Amino acid sequence: MLSRTADSLYWVARYMERAENLARILRVTDRLSLMPSIGDTGGNEWHSTIVVSDCEEGFYEKYDEATAEHVISYLAFDPDNPSSIRSCIEAARRNARSVRTALTSEQWECLNTTWLELTRIKESRLRGGGLHGFLDWVKERTLMFHGSTVATMLRRDSFHFMQLGTFIERGDNTARILDVKYHVLLPDHAEIGGGIDYYQWAAILRAVSGYRGYHALYKEGIKPWLVADFMIMREEMPRSLVACAAKIKECLDDLAEEYGQRHESHRMAGARYSQLRFGKVDDVFGQGLHDFLEQFIDQNNKLGAEIARSYLM
Amino acid sequence: MPDARLGANSGMASSAIFDEMGLNDQEVRRAYLGLRDWLKETPADILALRREEAETFFRRIGITFAVYGEGGDPERIIPFDIIPRILEAGEWRHITAGLTQRVRALNAFIGDVYGAQEIVRAGHMPADQIILNDTYRHQMQGVSVPNGIYTHISGIDMVRVGADEFYVLEDNVRTPSGVSYMLENREITMRLFPDLFSRHAVEPVDHYCDALLTTLTSVPPRNCDREPTVVVMTPGIYNSAYYEHSFLADQMGVELVEGPDLYVKDDYVYMRTTQGPKRVDVIYRRVDDEFLDPLAFRADTALGVAGLMNAYRAGNVNLANAVGAGIADDKSTYTFVPKMIEFYLGEKPILNNVPTFRCSEADECKCVLENLNELVVKETHGSGGYGMLIGPKSTQAEREVFANLIKASPDKYIAQPTLALSTCPTFVDEGIAPRHVDLRPFVLAGKDIRVVPGGLTRVALTEGSLVVNSSQGGGTKDTWVLKD
Repeated sequence: MLSRTADSLYWVARYMERAENLARILRVTDRLSLMPSIGDTGGNEWHSTIVVSDCEEGFYEKYDEATAEHVISYLAFDPDNPSSIRSCIEAARRNARSVRTALTSEQWECLNTTWLELTRIKESRLRGGGLHGFLDWVKERTLMFHGSTVATMLRRDSFHFMQLGTFIERGDNTARILDVKYHVLLPDHAEIGGGIDYYQWAAILRAVSGYRGYHALYKEGIKPWLVADFMIMREEMPRSLVACAAKIKECLDDLAEEYGQRHESHRMAGARYSQLRFGKVDDVFGQGLHDFLEQFIDQNNKLGAEIARSYLM
Repeated sequence: MPDARLGANSGMASSAIFDEMGLNDQEVRRAYLGLRDWLKETPADILALRREEAETFFRRIGITFAVYGEGGDPERIIPFDIIPRILEAGEWRHITAGLTQRVRALNAFIGDVYGAQEIVRAGHMPADQIILNDTYRHQMQGVSVPNGIYTHISGIDMVRVGADEFYVLEDNVRTPSGVSYMLENREITMRLFPDLFSRHAVEPVDHYCDALLTTLTSVPPRNCDREPTVVVMTPGIYNSAYYEHSFLADQMGVELVEGPDLYVKDDYVYMRTTQGPKRVDVIYRRVDDEFLDPLAFRADTALGVAGLMNAYRAGNVNLANAVGAGIADDKSTYTFVPKMIEFYLGEKPILNNVPTFRCSEADECKCVLENLNELVVKETHGSGGYGMLIGPKSTQAEREVFANLIKASPDKYIAQPTLALSTCPTFVDEGIAPRHVDLRPFVLAGKDIRVVPGGLTRVALTEGSLVVNSSQGGGTKDTWVLKD
């Protein structure tokens, strides 16, 4: 397979996953903003969303203040923001178009239809009650794309490169969603688990479609350390950090078997998986949740770069 | 004395336009009887519905061609007319024989151009016609190509003016496009009108891509002792025919590469893959000559591969079509094709050329200038229906502009009588009405010559219009060849 083809497939998957997660982040922020504010943190949910989406610089070049309207416009629709939902879907389609021969017709048609529908959506629709409809649409289309990938692609290198893109991006995004909590509630590295933040933790669980999953696994009310355990350490949870690490390791192993070659990326992926698989959530809190997540995001980026070095260039 | 090629005497520009179905019920031609009945049974609103479905289908799977720099949606759909055009088996046999003959002669000619130039020595063609031609590539002089094949894929544009009168209008032997429409149009017709389809015995076209791959693997480079690795090379997603490039690569199961995916080392061509470098043997390139290799041609391009020409000359890679094949594509060369057929093959041409004036000849130029209102004037290197004058539809001012252009550089122009192109029933806003059509069949030349029974029929959707080019508002039709 051409390295460029593999690279494009990897990015198609990454961009679609990013679009989905942006929708999830916007959803959780919107929910948090509707809750009674706590102490002096009231009203900075939208700012924190810009921070965790890693768009601070671009956003504040354009706007002075992080109001709901500005943030939604910037993250959902702004063509100047290369990571807006709209830009992600466009980038995914652009990448897909250059490698159509490597995609199944179901994948292509799903992506192309998504893009065509997007071009018809007016930004004004996002104001007032329209935001949720739009976010639902994004989630539905991205899940459909994901489904078409899993259901129609041959299990060979092209599939593995897409999966790698999906799980590198998803790990990054789950870590960021969890970090929203930190930015909203703990601006001064205050101690987690004060008891007043039940609804915020519940919103985070909903953002990763984990509200019912959490209860099914723990059979307990929402406890911050259990939510962290759920989103970091539980492999049953398909968006958890360890689940993403497991998938990445599995894809790389499949590629090694298919190609008969192993690279530095294999060692890195294996080491990271072991760390999460056999780690303890107490240690995460010992280190500090925020520091842990930042470190994870950094390692994740390094792994992505190493995968690119192994195969995509 | 009026020239025999001019309208009044040629019989080609007569007012009687040939309709391929037959304009009234008594005259319906045999091939169209089934279609006629079906059209009678099928209400217009069903046809309109089907046309909408066709458009949705094309959009959804992304069969678009790109028009940049004109504003509007850059990804356009070529309008598809849902009523098929039908050719009989006998008509097709005649066309196939003529096309095969023509492509044999064109290959012989290009080989001669880059070889001994016997045709010039024999006095049948002026040397300037070759060496002063913009499409002549001196880099190819003395280079031998596998099996002597230069044009592996040819799109021969034909028009029809009567029941038995087919003419060749143009030979497209550089990077002719449109074959994906032939295939997709068939796909959509079968999907939309299974009942109509099942009433006819239509020759299938879906083996085109297999035939293309067979053709390409039958001409491996000199230094290739294994099953050759074939790739399709595209300028990229912004090329107007990108969809077709990806479609063909997909159907053949080969890689679709861009210039930066390839590199040359020690005169061999490799592609960059996830498993390291892989040798490439045959490149079906949809990139024009000038952009193929910055070391040999234009240096200001990133579309090509540095060193590709050296690998080609060393016999380590084969290119389809060959570099320099465009010499046979030029519209002024076209006038010599009947001569080529006699000279190289010792045969009489089966398909005729449209009688053509070469403005490079003083007396012919004079005749053209005196009769601009009757003639179609074309640029010799033009394509896509741009840079042409349709005399009978032109204004005095337009004719003056062209007269000056022709006087300034006569060798850049040719002129032909305005042909009464045949019409076919077409579903337009007013209902079913006759519209002018042409035909582009595709000829594959490798170890053998193959013509898949069908082609791209282009239709001028505007009433009375003769310009069928998709870039100028033309549409396409599915083209059926009936079995005996």
